[in-house]
Amino acid sequence: MSVAMDAPKDGFRLSQLIYDTRYRSYTIQFFVMLLFIAFLIWVLNNTVANLAAKDKDISFGFLWSRAGYDIDQQLIPYTNDSTHLRALFVGLLNSLAVAVIASAFATILGVTVGILRLSKNWLVARLMTVYVEVFRNVPLLLWIIVAFVILGETRPGPKEFKVTDEMVAAGQAPVGEMWLWDSVAVTNRGTNLPAPLLDRPLGGFEVMGVPINFSTIAVILVIVGSVMANRALLRRAKAVQESTGVRPVTWWKSLLILFAPTLALLVAMGFHLEYPVLKGFNFQGGINLAHSFTAMVIALTLYSATYVAEAVRAGILAISKGQTEAAYALGMRPSWTMNLIILPQALRVIIPPMISQYLNITKNTTLGIAVSYLDLRGTLGGITLNQTGRELECMLLMMMIYLSLSLMISAILNAYNHSVRLKER
Amino acid sequence: MTQTAFTRTEMLPPIAPPISERGVVKWLRENLFSSIPNIILTLAALFAVYWLVSLSLPWFLNGVWHAETVQQCRQIIAETAGPDASGACWAVIRVRWNQFLFGLYPVEEYWRPTLAFALMFVAIAPVLYSGLRKPCTIIVGIAAVLLSLALYGLGTDGWHGFVAVLCLAALTAVAWIAPKKLVWVTLVFPLLAFFLLWGGSVWGPVSVAIAFGILGLAFVKLASARGLLVASLAVALLFLCCFVNPIRLGESFLSNLVYLASFGTYDYVLHFDLRIGGYDLTELFPLHSALSGYLDAKLPIGLLYVRSDDFGGFLLAFVIGITAITASLPIGILLALGRQSDMPLVKSISVGFIEFFRGVPLITVLFSANFMLLYFLPPQTNFDLIVRVIIVVVIFASAYIAEVIRGGLAALPRGQYEAADALGLDYWQAQRLIIMPQALKISIPGIVSSFIGLFKDTTLVALVGLADPLTGVRKFVLADSAWKGIYWEPFIFVGAIFFVVCFSMSRYSMYLEQKLKTDHV
Repeated sequence: MSVAMDAPKDGFRLSQLIYDTRYRSYTIQFFVMLLFIAFLIWVLNNTVANLAAKDKDISFGFLWSRAGYDIDQQLIPYTNDSTHLRALFVGLLNSLAVAVIASAFATILGVTVGILRLSKNWLVARLMTVYVEVFRNVPLLLWIIVAFVILGETRPGPKEFKVTDEMVAAGQAPVGEMWLWDSVAVTNRGTNLPAPLLDRPLGGFEVMGVPINFSTIAVILVIVGSVMANRALLRRAKAVQESTGVRPVTWWKSLLILFAPTLALLVAMGFHLEYPVLKGFNFQGGINLAHSFTAMVIALTLYSATYVAEAVRAGILAISKGQTEAAYALGMRPSWTMNLIILPQALRVIIPPMISQYLNITKNTTLGIAVSYLDLRGTLGGITLNQTGRELECMLLMMMIYLSLSLMISAILNAYNHSVRLKER
Repeated sequence: MTQTAFTRTEMLPPIAPPISERGVVKWLRENLFSSIPNIILTLAALFAVYWLVSLSLPWFLNGVWHAETVQQCRQIIAETAGPDASGACWAVIRVRWNQFLFGLYPVEEYWRPTLAFALMFVAIAPVLYSGLRKPCTIIVGIAAVLLSLALYGLGTDGWHGFVAVLCLAALTAVAWIAPKKLVWVTLVFPLLAFFLLWGGSVWGPVSVAIAFGILGLAFVKLASARGLLVASLAVALLFLCCFVNPIRLGESFLSNLVYLASFGTYDYVLHFDLRIGGYDLTELFPLHSALSGYLDAKLPIGLLYVRSDDFGGFLLAFVIGITAITASLPIGILLALGRQSDMPLVKSISVGFIEFFRGVPLITVLFSANFMLLYFLPPQTNFDLIVRVIIVVVIFASAYIAEVIRGGLAALPRGQYEAADALGLDYWQAQRLIIMPQALKISIPGIVSSFIGLFKDTTLVALVGLADPLTGVRKFVLADSAWKGIYWEPFIFVGAIFFVVCFSMSRYSMYLEQKLKTDHV
């Protein structure tokens, strides 16, 4: 028979700090803290010494001084007399513009490609696989530069769009042709799109240099109102269906509610498009997009769409076949099965990678440097940095802005994950 | 007599299925023309394929490989395919092949990166195939054959070529006789590759190897005698005492403390500058530099020193990519473990590190390597841009790897941890024997796709002024007036190489996933 040992004696010995797992973590953390603090001191000390050696200080005062450089694409008013801070915001808005537009296009293209990759059509499925593999496995930078070169080098110059009387008489077409009923012109200098204009705008005012436009606000309010009205209509239809078993016909009412008020408002304000017209050596009027912007959007869309497509494909494949079969066994139509059974489950798998892809797109807008697109990195981290020589401040500020953008997108992702989480017992 | 009814004695041969139900027709009907939307899709796809091929095929077919200038190229195309035909001028790739591969690396030293590249396969063979004789021998053998061909193609002088090939042949023999011993090549490969690529005195890497040998031996002995914690502390102390100047370090630390304790009032920065002057790596590691300096004076052996500015092309992409891949995996594992740790301090440091580097774009990090790192390091420290870039890329990549591995750790059932505890394994044993093998297996796809992303991101180093194959080399090749007006050929060539490397990495990960699959589905 074994004899029970005495219980370990109470009391604390120094060796327990090393050998007793209850106390060892304190020892380790103590040393980690020591090292960490030493590292911080070392870095701080070096920075202070380096700044002193270069006779510099840390100050963000430069943000309020005159920038003195031009930015060719601006979403808020900016001249070279504006401050560096304003240049920062112009750059940030340019980054976000590329990110938002590319995300929207990548989602549309990616969802289409992802579904087509699962198609039973052999040829289409293979083609989509080739597209996905080619674009995924080649660096994004290459696609951006290639898109830029294609736009800038293969498109005709503005003067080749000119139609002279002799050419009309000889029945010749000009080298450059405008697309979509003479509304879009892609020259080697830029892309010209028709601009939406209003004859009777509602006016507006300016807050801290940011123009506030009543017309835009009115359109947004009307759209939001129509969507809410449409939801009320659908709710009522559902209530009627649940009490009587017959769903009233709603589609034409929905269409009317969704589109009629906005159209009426636009007509009332005198909405029309201003087409770009060739005048002199270049196109005038309309919206002119620089090739750097267009190339960024095209390349980011084509590249990121492959990742979205893979997310969509994986999400649909993740739903087991039994779900479809169960729905059919309950007598559901294929369209109901898709909408009520498959999609709600697949979206849970699809949306998280999709949101992190949006995050990647936002971070990848910094590659605009390769085509001299003036985004946040181009203004704050490029020209402002070089002009003021404040590397430390500019880089820190830029990293903090990108970091907060990322953290915001991650917060949205986490909120989504929390809301769709499986409610288990 | 009535005649008996006709009775068939043998079976009729089966009638062939109708034409619509067999062969090509059936396949076409089922896969391409099963319904009207499908027919429309097929026709659209066929049109797209036709459009792409009709645009690009003549251009590819008319390609010219032998020409000296782009004008000559166009002349040949006009002569062979007609005046209006377009064609590729692949001659630019053929003529500038070496620049695309090596950048401005000295021509007579091309054998060094080539040998390092071949040795890399020797180094990864035992890791990829866990010391199995046959695959290891095959890989090393193929590397040896390809090396001899490559050296011949690059026109290496006989003596160096002979030594390099002999070296690989000997390693092939080792792989056949004792494949497990190849792990030693893996261990010394980083120093060997460093020596081959950058050159300089042989004694620098050798004394580093000696130092690591001593420290490693001390660690193993102490760990078995007194436990891991004591061993790591003792080795860290030994490192500080023997290889770093302890007086310098202590002095600097004490003055920092004084500075902090005085809340910055004590004007110590100026003091610091007057007393010590600039830091230098040789000053920080006095023993090491003394040892290698002594040996170098006695026995000067070495290779021609190659400056980092001369690195370029795919050599640069591979040096950065491979170093970052190998270094980021262990750091990533440590960070992931730190993030899962019960110790709040370790955990918060890991989380902060990971979230910061995942939140900022790589370009800003690369620019920091250019602008900011020199602020954070001691005054007048100045080291190579490539090394700085490699350091920040490793840091950046390890944050991503850490998240992937954390996913793998989180996917492990809780029972695995408990079973390891129940067996009485300590933390590192449990990690090494139970947790990590399973967690790494789960995270293979994620790890490999991080690696692919990392390799593609090596093109971004062009934006801080290094000569990567895509932007840097293309620029200086096209700056030559002989090749002005060429756009597509370098893109297609560089893109094709990236595609091959990344695509084969993703296929290898699929193979590995299949091979390691142990569940029953």
